[in-house]
Amino acid sequence: MSWWIYLILILTTTGAVAWVFRFAGQQLTENRPFYRDMPFVIAFGYVFGGVVLVGAMIYYLQSTDKNGVPAAGVIFFRWAVQGFVGFAIAAYLFRLFGRYVGTAGTRKLFGSMPLTAAFGVLVIIIYAAVSIFAGAIAPHGQEEILAGSNIVPGGNPLLGGNPEFPLGTDQIGRDIYSRLIYGAQNTVGIAFATTCLAFFVGGSLGFLASILGGWIDQLLSRAVDVLMAIPALIFALLLMTIASVWSNQLGIDRTIFMILIIAMIDSTRVYRLSRAVGQNIVVMDYIEAAKLRGEGMGYLIFKEILPNALAPLLAEFGLRFCFVFLTIASLSFLGVGIQPPLADWGTMVKDLSQFINFAAFAPNVATAPLLAAGAIALLTVAVNFVVDWMLHKSSGLKD
Amino acid sequence: MGSIFQIILHRLALGLVTLLIVSMVIFVAVNALPGDFAQAILGQGATDEAVTQIRADLGLDQNYFLRYFGWLGNVLTGNLGISFAQMNFASGMGGDQVSLVGVAEQIAPRFRATMFLAGVTAMIAVPISITLGILAALYRNSLFDRTVNIATLSSISSPEFFLAYILILLLAVLNPVFPSLSNVYEGMALGEKLNRTMLPALTLTLVVTAHMMRMTRAAIINLLASPYIEMARLKGISPMRVIVRHALPNALAPIINVIALNLAYLITGVVVVEVVFVYPGIGQLFVDSVKIRDIPVVQACCLIFAAAYILLNLIADILSILSNPRLRHPK
Amino acid sequence: MTQQLLKIRGLKIEGKSDEIWNPIVNGIDLDLKKGEVLGLIGESGAGKSTVGLAAMGFTRDGCRISGGLVEFAGIDLVTASAAVKRGMLGKRIAYVAQSAAASFNPAHRLMDQHTEAPTQHGLQLKADSELDGIELYRRLRLPDPDNIGFRYPHQVSGGQLQRAMTAMAMSCRPDLIIFDEPTTALDVTTQIEVLAAIRDIVEQFDTAAIYITHDLAVVAQMADRIKVLLRGDEVEEADTRNMLTDPKEDYTKSLWAVRSFQRPSKPAVLKGATPIVSLKNVSAAYGKSPVLFDVDFEIHAGRTVAVVGESGSGKSTAARCITGLLPPKQGHIEFNGEALPLDYRKRSKEQLRQAQMIYQMADTALNPRSRIGDIIGRPVQFYSGLTGPAKRKRVEELLVQIEMEPSQYIDRLPGELSGGQKQRIGIARALAAEPQFIICDEVTSALDQLVAEGILKLLAQLQDDLGLSYMFITHDLATVRAISDEVVVMKDGRVVEQGPKAEMFRPPHHPYTDLLLSSVPEMDPDWLTNLLKIRGVDNIGDAAVQKM
Repeated sequence: MSWWIYLILILTTTGAVAWVFRFAGQQLTENRPFYRDMPFVIAFGYVFGGVVLVGAMIYYLQSTDKNGVPAAGVIFFRWAVQGFVGFAIAAYLFRLFGRYVGTAGTRKLFGSMPLTAAFGVLVIIIYAAVSIFAGAIAPHGQEEILAGSNIVPGGNPLLGGNPEFPLGTDQIGRDIYSRLIYGAQNTVGIAFATTCLAFFVGGSLGFLASILGGWIDQLLSRAVDVLMAIPALIFALLLMTIASVWSNQLGIDRTIFMILIIAMIDSTRVYRLSRAVGQNIVVMDYIEAAKLRGEGMGYLIFKEILPNALAPLLAEFGLRFCFVFLTIASLSFLGVGIQPPLADWGTMVKDLSQFINFAAFAPNVATAPLLAAGAIALLTVAVNFVVDWMLHKSSGLKD
Repeated sequence: MGSIFQIILHRLALGLVTLLIVSMVIFVAVNALPGDFAQAILGQGATDEAVTQIRADLGLDQNYFLRYFGWLGNVLTGNLGISFAQMNFASGMGGDQVSLVGVAEQIAPRFRATMFLAGVTAMIAVPISITLGILAALYRNSLFDRTVNIATLSSISSPEFFLAYILILLLAVLNPVFPSLSNVYEGMALGEKLNRTMLPALTLTLVVTAHMMRMTRAAIINLLASPYIEMARLKGISPMRVIVRHALPNALAPIINVIALNLAYLITGVVVVEVVFVYPGIGQLFVDSVKIRDIPVVQACCLIFAAAYILLNLIADILSILSNPRLRHPK
Repeated sequence: MTQQLLKIRGLKIEGKSDEIWNPIVNGIDLDLKKGEVLGLIGESGAGKSTVGLAAMGFTRDGCRISGGLVEFAGIDLVTASAAVKRGMLGKRIAYVAQSAAASFNPAHRLMDQHTEAPTQHGLQLKADSELDGIELYRRLRLPDPDNIGFRYPHQVSGGQLQRAMTAMAMSCRPDLIIFDEPTTALDVTTQIEVLAAIRDIVEQFDTAAIYITHDLAVVAQMADRIKVLLRGDEVEEADTRNMLTDPKEDYTKSLWAVRSFQRPSKPAVLKGATPIVSLKNVSAAYGKSPVLFDVDFEIHAGRTVAVVGESGSGKSTAARCITGLLPPKQGHIEFNGEALPLDYRKRSKEQLRQAQMIYQMADTALNPRSRIGDIIGRPVQFYSGLTGPAKRKRVEELLVQIEMEPSQYIDRLPGELSGGQKQRIGIARALAAEPQFIICDEVTSALDQLVAEGILKLLAQLQDDLGLSYMFITHDLATVRAISDEVVVMKDGRVVEQGPKAEMFRPPHHPYTDLLLSSVPEMDPDWLTNLLKIRGVDNIGDAAVQKM
């Protein structure tokens, strides 16, 4: 329990330093409002941030070698920091690039873009490129069975690795690095298709309900209420159980069923949103004016409602894509999602997960499952950053 | 006070009806299977006895209507049926019905384990996220707020298993603080149980805290922008009192809502996390049963998850009605 | 010699938008003596509320005081520490906000909020403060003063809340109260009782006040001196009487002139002429709750009928019945002597074309994603079938008609226009259908007075040129006086009184019309005093309405 004492010690010292910091600031700047009106919490925050930063720097600079044994903690920390800084620099350069290249519109867009959003856009572009050109980038095919099976990731021959296969091979000898690249194609592609389907179904029904109102709206909305009362992942698992029986009997691939099931579940969420968006627009006076002019349904939907619904729908598309992507990854991770031989990140995490336990003495080996899981996280983080920015922008710069 | 009672009764009734329809949906989904279901589940190698057994158990010769009400009646009396795995095993052993364990008995300890996990998570996550959320709202657009914003957004975006493996890497492999396998069992000493539950609980905490914190922050910011907060400040009230006296009573409803919604979210979250840590909860049982297509167990678990989800949403709804002064003090 | 209370010198305030600080107030000077009431008037964007708050040393989020001095009782509030400012706020300077319903905390009783400032500033015990609160409620003529404070804000009406907030501001007997548009959100009949109550209490306690408003007639009743602001600059300042009778600056003169715009009256309608639109015994309901009862009036060619009433009187519902959005339950609507189908979906294109509508909120009336040319061009194409250059030519003609330069505006989006310009586009869209009859639903109430006057003049001009008939829905009697030929007064879904304008503004009339007319503030600084002498304090506002 000695770490308790350390923690209390650090916190009290930080508190004392914070008090001194504020007092010194007040004295030195002759009571500038910045220091004079500074609450203690803020002073504490500044000093605490400083302490954390210094601690991190000391840890970063520690030796990676501890008497012949690699200091795995330091190595992972360095990777994390390097990755973080690397992405930040890349995002900064990308934004800079966007500010000087392209049409006036995109230049303006990049001009007001926060770094997180630039990072998001950059990552999305990279993912799109990798998934489109997976065949060209990957050294081997996703189903190609190669010489050695069960080669350990990390490329260290002493531990059973092979430099030719930096991430090793799986139990039947397929290159994991190539499968990781193909995973972009499969996992992202399937998620994208599913989201599109969900949007098509949910979006059109939602708008229809908002315009028509009446019993159609009631019926659809109540049905959606019920479907949404079952947690999404649970419902998906239930339906996948049933689908697995069907797919055996009908000879249809289980992945197709998964797309349909998740699209169905997700379309309920899309329905809710598009109905709400639609209703907000339908009550506008310009819709009333168009109705009183005698305009038909087609004109109302395509000329008056859709153009105004596009911005919220686009943001929602990003969020729903993340949700679908994570659901598919979770299903695959649980073993009922995308089916082999297709390469897919969720399944790879599950298959490679035991390598985590090698982390303490062979950090390189442990990266394989983390790379697959990280690939999923990176994309969703990126999309969320972009969506966050879009929502912030459309909310008219509030808070 | 009649109106508020009416509203709550109305919500309760609505919740019950939803649950009933959900049970119907689950039943229909399971029974919409093609061909000889019993044969399909057990595969070609099944004994005739087992197939007949399943057919009789599911009442495949009766019509849907009767079967649904039969099943519903059983559910209400606590009889969730017998799992196929058990049946298969029993039929292999010669059909000794006496030794069979019902789904209800199978689920009960698992359910308690999951509740324990959810409880530990909630106890860690709720205070942290509410505090962080309020702080972020108070010092919005500061460096602190931005850091927290990026951190929570990343945490929300990451799949649960990614967070789980990161935690295993940090707290089990690199620094062996907690065990990476959470093999708890009933009757274990509380300290040991907590120790083994900690990693899954922390994983769930990461996810739920991020959600809760962001929602709390949004709710508080929304509130702080209201004219009565400006009025309070213009009355010369101290910042602390503005928060405690003027913001909090009105923030209660949204915060309660946030907590209940996230506890409901936990229910989905446990599934993946329990699998990663091999935690013997209902989520893991559910996934295992899905894999071997053990329909009675899947059906029962699904119903329990849905019921808990509906219940929590209902609680959120009712509590926010109760905390609304307009409804508590009608004109 | 009364002592100086507030001294503002060279006050500059900036607001942040798009990460850039833009000036909102550019160097204002202001002096206030003890017990003096200063009226601060200006149109939206003049910075009057910002100045009012800055007088308390307070700026809203996203604003900052970038220069100048705000000296209250010898203390500079710009540089004072947060604690010093807190000690002044509520205790020596108090604030009354525009929306009382939003500015009272919904979670606490009125009295608990009333006693908060005195107890927190350590002036009074809670019990004493409560007794004092009841006394203040009594002086402000709130009904049931002993108990009203123990209700929650949502249980009390808007006009009463506004007075309760004035009582709350008085709770510490401050030296200065800032009134920020306290009656803008209220109906005229309610406004007058709040005005009377505020004026009384400020006089009784000899409190200094800054009264912020856009309504000249209101400020004329309340203020000793008036300061006129325009886009963050001072235009002029003078004694109320001098300012009203002899404004120096052109801008002020134009503001004053708005009130005097009036159309020449037209000859009476010929007996037996067929009205363009007539409502015959129309009753309507939203779902099960009835909102219109037996409404009956006519609109003749080339005439403007003003439909007047307070909120909830059913005037907009009558318009919805005419357009067919809300088919009446009973009665019928005739157009040029022919019965119209009640539901707009059953009307022919020609019938729809003849009746157009202009909306109150130009923001929601124009599709934000359509360009001006498309907004006006669509009805042109839809009704007359014009396309290509012919359509564009017609759109340009229409833009010229509403006094907007076609080449400059035709490709813009509504978001790039000012409020008045958007309203003009709304008019052009209605004109594009070449109708005989236009419903104008509160078209000027969201606009500043000068802009509103421009719109009214434009509408009058168009009526003369094109022979249009207007149904003009409004709650503002000044507008009625300016533009109408006939007036219909509505209350609670019924027509109370109707007739030609000249008759309507001449007694005797229905008691409600009388109350409505007499409640509209006039530019005469003695108007309120005289009115109270004539009617008595208990015969104005809600109390008088309830007696009917």
